[in-house]
Amino acid sequence: MNRFLAPVAVAATSVLAVAAVTSMAVLAAPADDSLVIDGELEMSTRVAPIEGHPLPEVISGWHYRTEDTRALQQDSFDNPGMLGVEEGEEYWNKVEGTMGKSCASCHGDASESMVGVGASYPKWSEKLGKPINVELQINHCRVENMGAEPYKFDKGGQKPLTAFIKHQSQGLPVELNLEEGEMQQWWERGKETYYRRTGQLNLSCATCHEDNNGKYIRADHLSQGNVNGFPTYRLKQSNLISLHNRFRGCIRDTRAEYPAAFSDELMGLEVYTTWRGTGLSVETPAVRQ
Amino acid sequence: MASKPRVKIPKSVSAGDVITIKTLIKHKMESGQRKDKEGNVIPRDIINHFEAAFNGNVVFSVDIDPAVSANPYIEFSSRISEAGTFVMKWTDDAGTVIETSKDIALKG
Repeated sequence: MNRFLAPVAVAATSVLAVAAVTSMAVLAAPADDSLVIDGELEMSTRVAPIEGHPLPEVISGWHYRTEDTRALQQDSFDNPGMLGVEEGEEYWNKVEGTMGKSCASCHGDASESMVGVGASYPKWSEKLGKPINVELQINHCRVENMGAEPYKFDKGGQKPLTAFIKHQSQGLPVELNLEEGEMQQWWERGKETYYRRTGQLNLSCATCHEDNNGKYIRADHLSQGNVNGFPTYRLKQSNLISLHNRFRGCIRDTRAEYPAAFSDELMGLEVYTTWRGTGLSVETPAVRQ
Repeated sequence: MASKPRVKIPKSVSAGDVITIKTLIKHKMESGQRKDKEGNVIPRDIINHFEAAFNGNVVFSVDIDPAVSANPYIEFSSRISEAGTFVMKWTDDAGTVIETSKDIALKG
């Protein structure tokens, strides 16, 4: 049947091609929209870059998602990541370990004591001699102050509790202190990881998120790879996804061997990528594709 | 582990108002169509029924099939003419019923 329709089909295809190119151009740009949670909390999703940043504007991954996905994050009830945050609150109050304490025993009301934590981690830890993120800080507290087992990567209360703690900083701008300890060296180390091409596909983080953000990689709209919304609710997995899980997923997709969670390589990368998002509001829990 | 469902409902309304009720519950909604690493079918485990009753009268109910994704979100509206209590029930394949209730007062 196509044989008879061939000339018509060709004409139609070329018209479609023009239409497709036009609509792709419109789709490819980050959406012109503003993120306000529950009509109250205005979020900074487009900010001027910090000195030394290679891009002209720092844009939250929220702008790269579809209208429906963006809407989910604008209402804290519709946001399915909030289920994880509420679960995290239960872990916050749960007494565990030999010392009979919960997080709340020492830190009290998280909505007061944890404000700003999610915006300023990873921080330099003198004790560990390396940067420490929220997940490792939780484990450190569990071992040292609660006499409880540390959480294994992505297990137990690690994701929900991290989301709950970071959520207390929702709306605050990301700001790292690189002056402390050896943070500057870890930043350098992370930068080296960011620009190093790996895997059979020979991609670096920068290949997608710096050179080609705003374009499509097959059906996926590439963002700048900012990390201000982690742990993030990914619709694809219908679950909260931790930052180190996403790092590993990205590296795996370059068809490389991927480093262990919380390894020195990924901690450096966390410092560097967090720094790149300086000034963006903490969005935890963000909603992504 | 079933966590507490989330329900968004106005605390007080004027008689005759039509209100919107939003609900969200954490559930894995295993479709029964997937297989595990050994090739065995993972048994279906979904919430198959949701029901909302106001002062004992069912005002909204829905049967759910496997195509609904994890953590189902259900939104419906209802006209409220008297003060009372909404009781919402989610039933899953194992027969577990998760129930929550919310009171509504009349304004003025």
